[in-house]
Formats: sequence, C-alpha cells, structure tokens
Amino acid sequence: MELTLWTYEGPPHVGALRIAASMEGVHYVLHAPQGDTYADLLFTMIERRDRRPPVTYTTFQARDLGGDTAELVKRSITEAVARFKPEALLVGESCTAELIQDQPGSLAAGMDLGGVPIVSLDLPAYSKKENWGAAETFYQLVRGLLKDQLPAPGFTKPDPTRWRQEGRRPRVNLLGPSLLGFRCRDDVREITDLLADHGIEVNVVAPLGARPADLLRLPQADLNVCLYPEVAGPVCSWLERSFGMAVVRTVPIGVGATGDFLVELGEKLALEMSLVGEADRRSRLPWYSRSVDSTYLTGKRVFIFADATHAIAAARIASQELGFTVVGLGPYSREQAREVRAAAQELGLEALISDDYLVVEKAMAEAAPELVLGTQMERHSAKRLGLPCAVISSPLHVQDVPARYSPQMGWEGANVIFDSWVHPLMMGLEEHLIGMFRHDFEFVDGHLSHLEGASGPAAAAPANGIASTAAGTQSRLDHGPGTSQDTEPVFTAGSVQAGGGQELGLNWSASGEAELSRIPFFVRGKVRRNTEAYARDRGVNTITEEVLYDAKAHFSR
Amino acid sequence: MAQSAASVAVLSSDGIAAPSANPGSASSLERPDLIQQNGQREVFCGLTSIVWLHRRMPDAFFLVVGSRTCAHLVQSAAGVMIFAEPRFGTAILGERDLAGLADANEELDRLVKDLLERRPEIRTLFLVGSCPSEVIKLDLAKAAERLSRQHTGRVMVLNYSGCGIETPFTQGEDNALLAMVPLMPRSDEDQLLLVGTLADGVEERLTSLFQRLGIGLVRSLPPRSSTELPPVGKGTRMLLCQPFLSGTARALVDRGAQFVRSPYPLGVEGSRAWMAAAAAAFGIDPATVAAVLDPLVERGRRALAPHREVLAGKRLFLLPDSQLELSLARFLQQECGMELVEVGTPYLDRLLMAEELALLPPATQLSEGQDVERQLDRLRAARPDLVVCGMGLANPLEAEGFVTKWSIELVFSPIHGIDQAGDLAELFSRPLRRRALLQLP
Repeated sequence: MELTLWTYEGPPHVGALRIAASMEGVHYVLHAPQGDTYADLLFTMIERRDRRPPVTYTTFQARDLGGDTAELVKRSITEAVARFKPEALLVGESCTAELIQDQPGSLAAGMDLGGVPIVSLDLPAYSKKENWGAAETFYQLVRGLLKDQLPAPGFTKPDPTRWRQEGRRPRVNLLGPSLLGFRCRDDVREITDLLADHGIEVNVVAPLGARPADLLRLPQADLNVCLYPEVAGPVCSWLERSFGMAVVRTVPIGVGATGDFLVELGEKLALEMSLVGEADRRSRLPWYSRSVDSTYLTGKRVFIFADATHAIAAARIASQELGFTVVGLGPYSREQAREVRAAAQELGLEALISDDYLVVEKAMAEAAPELVLGTQMERHSAKRLGLPCAVISSPLHVQDVPARYSPQMGWEGANVIFDSWVHPLMMGLEEHLIGMFRHDFEFVDGHLSHLEGASGPAAAAPANGIASTAAGTQSRLDHGPGTSQDTEPVFTAGSVQAGGGQELGLNWSASGEAELSRIPFFVRGKVRRNTEAYARDRGVNTITEEVLYDAKAHFSR
Repeated sequence: MAQSAASVAVLSSDGIAAPSANPGSASSLERPDLIQQNGQREVFCGLTSIVWLHRRMPDAFFLVVGSRTCAHLVQSAAGVMIFAEPRFGTAILGERDLAGLADANEELDRLVKDLLERRPEIRTLFLVGSCPSEVIKLDLAKAAERLSRQHTGRVMVLNYSGCGIETPFTQGEDNALLAMVPLMPRSDEDQLLLVGTLADGVEERLTSLFQRLGIGLVRSLPPRSSTELPPVGKGTRMLLCQPFLSGTARALVDRGAQFVRSPYPLGVEGSRAWMAAAAAAFGIDPATVAAVLDPLVERGRRALAPHREVLAGKRLFLLPDSQLELSLARFLQQECGMELVEVGTPYLDRLLMAEELALLPPATQLSEGQDVERQLDRLRAARPDLVVCGMGLANPLEAEGFVTKWSIELVFSPIHGIDQAGDLAELFSRPLRRRALLQLP
C-alpha cells in the first residue's frame, strides 16, 4: 500500500487507451466499472480531441456482480463489433475487473466475431503503470497482427541497405508517437520533413494515425526509428529480434542529437548525407546561443525532471547547447532508469528516480535552480517555489497541446526549445538594465520583466512574498558591467524560502537588513541564503552589512 | 409566483412515504414511458465528490483506499493540482495487499499514522472505499473504528464508499454525509438544517435570508468544520440543497428530522418555493414570505431576462451525469422557456424528485441510467440546440455541430438561490451566445 496524492502516470489500461485512441480502425473493449469512463476526458479535454476515444466500457455495477458479468463482457464485445466494425479489437480489463477474473480476452477468443483480429491485453493494474501499458499494448498489437508474417527460424536478416539494390529510396518506420505524448503530432511532421530532405521516405508512422493494415506493412521498411522509447522500445526490440530489422535509437531532440540521429541513420542505411553546416543552416539555436545576449544564460542552474527520453535530451541541450548548469536530473519511471543514471553521472549528479512528486519538489527546492524543466507536476511545484518553469514532457495539461506548430524534435524543435526555455528567464540586457537602475526611485519592488508577466510561473511570486527564488538571476550583489559571469552559488539544503534567517540563532542586524533591502528583490532571496550559508559556515550569529559584503566577496571569487 | 409545493412529510424508516395528497406526487402524472437503459454509462464515480467535499471542510482529509485508477480519476476530474499537498489522497493497493502477503489492515494503519503525523491539522479522516476495496471486501468500517480508537482525541476516522459499482458521481456526497449522521448530537430544539454542500458565500446569503424570514436557527450539513456537526432531533426541519442525498435524507428522518418537501433551490421560482417551504414548516405567515422574497424574485427575474431571450424556444437534451438534471430541466423550461427533448438522470429517486417531477411538463421524456451509444443515437436524431453532458462527450459533440454545456461546472459553481439564478442561466446561454458570436469558416 502506497500513499499517492498526485500521480505522474495513470494505470496501465490508460496506456492501452492511448494506443487505441492514437490509431484508426482499432476498438478497445474494456471491462471496467462505472466511473472508469473518466479516462475519455484525458483525450477530449487535455488533447482537445474532436471525437471520443474508441473504447467500449462494460461499466458494470454492483447488481451485475451478483449476476453474470462475463455475459456483460460478451454483450459489450458483440455490440462494439457490430457498431464500430473495427479492423482490430483490443480486449482488456481495468483494476477492478482484474479482481473478478472474467478473463475478457479468453471470452472474446471464444466468440464468432467475423474474423476481426483480437488482441487480448493482460496489463497487471496493481504493479504496472501507464507508459508500460502503452508499450505493452503497442507490442501485443504489432505482434498479434504480424504473427502470420514471422520469418522461419534461422532466416537471413534483411539488409537495411537493400534499398540500393532495389532501386528505390530508403524507407523507415517512425514508431512511438501517441496521444498524450509530448508534442508527438508536431514531432512526426518535423521528422518526416527532415527525412524527406535527406531522401528518406516514411513507410509507417505508428501508433499515431496508423490503421491495423499499416502495421502489417511494418516489415517493408529498411529500419525502425524508435522515436519514443517509452512507447516503442519493446516493439522495436521485438522487430529487431523477430524480423531482423535494424533500429535507430538516437532520439533527435536538440541540435546535437538531431545531428547524431542523421549520422546513425546514414550509417545504418549506408546513405551519404552531407551534414556539414546543416545545423546552422536549419536551426537558429546555434547562433542564438552564441549571440551576446545569451551570455547571460551561462551557468543558469536548471533542474530537470521528466520522462526518461525528454530528461536525457534536456540534460544534453541544457549543458551542451545553452551553457546551463544542470543541478538535478531524473525520470518518474524506472523503465529507462539506467540511461538516466548514466546521463546524470556524466554531469556529476546522482539521478533522482521517483514517482513521488513531494520528493521531487523537495529535491527541486534543495537544488535552488533558476529554471525548472519538467512535467505538468513540476510546473505546479515550481510555481509554489516561485521558479520559472518550462514543460518538456508528459504528463501534460491542455496548455501543453498548443495550436501552433511547436515540435521538440529536429531543427525546428531546437528553435522551439530555445524560445520556450529562455523566455521564462529574464532576458540578458533587461537583467543588466535592472541592475544598473535599481537605485533609482522609479525602481520598485515588484518590477518584473514583461516576459515574466507573460510567462506566468513567477508572476505571482512577489505578491505572495516568496520572491526569493523568483526570476532566476545572478547571485552577485552588484551587476556592474564587466562582471557578467555568474558565480557558482552555494546553498544549504532546506533554506529555500526567504526568511531562513530565523533558524539556528542566525539573525540580521539593522544595517544588514537595510543593505539587504537595497538589493533587487529578484536576487534578494538568493543573496540572503548565500549570506546565511556563509555566516553559518563561519559561526557568525549576527549578520551585519559587513558580513553581507564579506559573503559577496566570497561568492564572487 | 411559484405555487408553494411544500408540505412537510415524515418518511417512514424504510424511507418510502405513502404518496401524499399533494398533486405533486409523481404517481399521479401521465408521462411518456421512462426510458430505462442499462448499457455503458458515461458517469463519474462517487470518488469525484471528494473534490468539493474537501473544500467545504478544510479540517478533513479524504483517503481513498483503492487503485492507481482511483488516484488518476480524482486528479483528472478535479484538475485542481494547484494545491501543494491536497487534503485528499489514495492509498494505492499493491499486489502484496491483494495477495495477502502483507496484511492490508496493518498497511493501512501504518499509512494513516504517517499521514496524520505529516498533517497534524487534520481532525476528521474519511476512509473512502473504492471499487477494488469493495471487491476484495476490505472492511473499512472496521478499519475506521480501529483507527478512531488508535487516534482517540486526535482525529475522528469515518468511512464511506465512493466506488463506482455502487455510487455514481454526486452520490458520493450522499454517502459521505450519511457517515456523519450517527455522530450528530441529539437536540430537539427548533432549527432549519440545510443538507448538502453549498458554496460558502451562497450558504451565508441563504442563512441571512432565512433569518429575515424569521427562522432563527439555521445550520448546515456538512458543516464548515468537520468537528462541529450540527445536532438533529424532533425540532429539526430538514431542507435538501441538493437532489442527490437520498440516503442522508432518510437517515436524518430516522433521527427525528422532518423532511421539508420542495423543489430544489435552482432558479428564481425553485429557490422561492424552496425557501417558502421552509418558512411554511416553521409556520411563518405567507405574507411575511412574500414581503421578504418578492423583491428578490422580481430582481431575479430581471437578471434572467437577457438569458431567457437567448434560451427561449431552444431545445435542450440533458445526458445523465450530476443528478441535477431534473431540477435544471425544470428551471430551464419553466423560467427560461426552453423545450425539453430528453432529460436523463443516473437514477431517479421518485420520492426526492416528486416536487420537481410535478413541475415538469407532462410530456417530458425522462431517461434513467444510460446506454451511451443509443442515447447519442437519439440525440443525433433529435438535433437539440443545447446538450448538457460530461467532459468526455462535450468536445466530440461540439465537433458534430452541437452546442454543449459541461455539467461538471454545475457542481463547482455557486448556482443555488434566487440571487444566483441569473448566473445559473448564464452558464447555459453562454455557449449559445458564443456560437452566435463566432464567425468561423
């Protein structure tokens, strides 16, 4: 038994629903009690879908339990097949139905449904979660549909370079994009265009937009691109094992990874690609990051928490392409924990692997970041801590499904990432000007960048008195020209909120408080924490103006 | 002026009162056959009611004992992740709990202990049963007794079921209140007891109006503080604020309360009848009632007028969801001039709905339960101008060209009372006004 307040992932049958709803011509009969239909709103509200997910719920009630729930399952299957005429039928159960053991999959197998392919889903609701359920469903569906095409044991692996002999263009499958995944719709378009630019055709995209008949064509591709390992990992491995299909596993999020993705594709397909200068030609991120305004991004402390794929990608972009300092990294699921641990280790961190958002929030607070890259959950935590935040991964909110084209992958994805990560921060020149004019009488606490106001997360912070960590900026006291590099702040765990001075006998003298009040509000909290940490280290109990300046000198080394 | 449909009836303990002589009793009406369907139901389960109950009682914590699905449902239906640490959570059953490897009760005790240490401000803990806990027959009543003993003087532990196999959506509140009834102290003093969660502001307003009418003592169930339960006894006149409190109403009658029958306080006329019924139960002179309420009624009607212009003559289809459907249908037909195509309700309690049924036009097509695909077939054939439905159906219906109003808003918004009637009408006129405003291809 485990206490959960907010969850990152739903139950595994919601993962199955994501696969069914992503596809065309698939219907899912779900043995589930009344109430489980709430899952529909994930699609109709969060994804703003214009149609109901293709699910028939048995919605059994207490009175059915006394009777024959198996009969109810069969009736639901019969009616769903008659009404929706699916090209493939998924049959499964939710947590409660699992307990009453009607085995809807076996029931369906025993029915005459006119030859509709049936895939029975066994998704253990009490030990597994949503992403696992999505991956398992996708795998079972592909495996079920391709069972007649399975090559005999000892078959020769198809050569991914065979397109050359066959006198056609190379073609690949894009696997993993699904509803409620992060920006999948736009990523598919971006990657399809990117591949087209290099003369590579897309054979099948699945599950998003695919029909069962499309899945039958999967083996016709030269290789599989595993775009979202959370959903497509098991399918890609199975196709590699059973059909000998090569897999490209680099996830093209960020400039570096997009380049690596193309290199891996080129190598596996034996396709000549001239990639020199492509990143600079096609994406603005490299130049924007080199431009002088971005100097102010140097060493910004960023805390990253997401699904494994987006967390790893974000860590690379943050550290290598934007010059941030990654101060926290982790995924909420264990499925690719090893990869995240490795990525964290490279950055000198220990990965935080947890699905308890309170643990994540605590780690976030202790890391004292200036920017949070996370899920919808971290957006809320960051808001409470007064930190700017950009959402980079599921679980998502309706506002993470934007109307505009905004991929994360490929060259345009890098542009989107630059904008959406940098805009929550105060812009360089603006930050500099506030530092210059902070002693003017026009300058009042509460002044915020127009971007702060627009981006939301930190806007409310001054009003409710938690401005300490708002608007991540330099840790220096003075923003004189020529000292524009961030120093490395040192924080003590736990002293996140402003006003940590009450603890452990630390107090501020009047002169100290007065000097602190002259510091712009958006760095004041950080200065307070630095100074208190400094004072504690040296056993100073009363923080005077001079202690504050000593601390400043110490931290700006 | 609305007729006073009020009469005071005392329910027998089995809850079934003999049909009264009141013309409002449902049995005397000729209606099209009730459509009763038992297919797929697109209705939330009773756990959803935690979302408004926990806001009503800030010193209470609601602990669902269930599965990851339960946690996900409450989170998704609520969409209120603004709270740092919400006052509700789920004790998620794991395989070990099911396999009996760990004693689920011991696990629950441990978890509750941790929770109470973490949240010292909690005075009442509701253990909320779910579908999985019901199916594995985890005895939460016993658990609540045991935990109450363990934490005597610190916290009261109650239990009720919000599980979907027994409890649709708003009926979760009925079960929660029902769990509180035995703890209510006994007192035979004269009081008006408002039963059902109201927005705090609305409750204050209604209380002050009742006092103006001359009803001195007005109390509420649920109270704002979970430890200050109102008393109940022979002097209690019970007025239901919500139409989904069947079990609670019957339990309060068993404790001696008089059931004041009335339509529900939605709309100007419904709210007037509701207040007048309470006044009659206290023997207050109708002239006094008229003197206090008529100015409000007049103002309320003025507030309704612009919405009536939008809504009059429009055809309305209500899918079953919040259990408010009959009252809303009565309001929208009687006061806003809408035509009723079909009025669906998750279940029909003829006793609690008698006054509402009496006010609906005789030809109103009612449906109880649901078979969502067939109901949507009827809806598509009828082409109504406005559809009231849950969030799972709204966008798909909009995409088919229907104008919709999501019903979940009705359980979160202050809509009760004469003064709120204009706002209530606005919830329905807005989607139509919006549709008229938009000039999109």
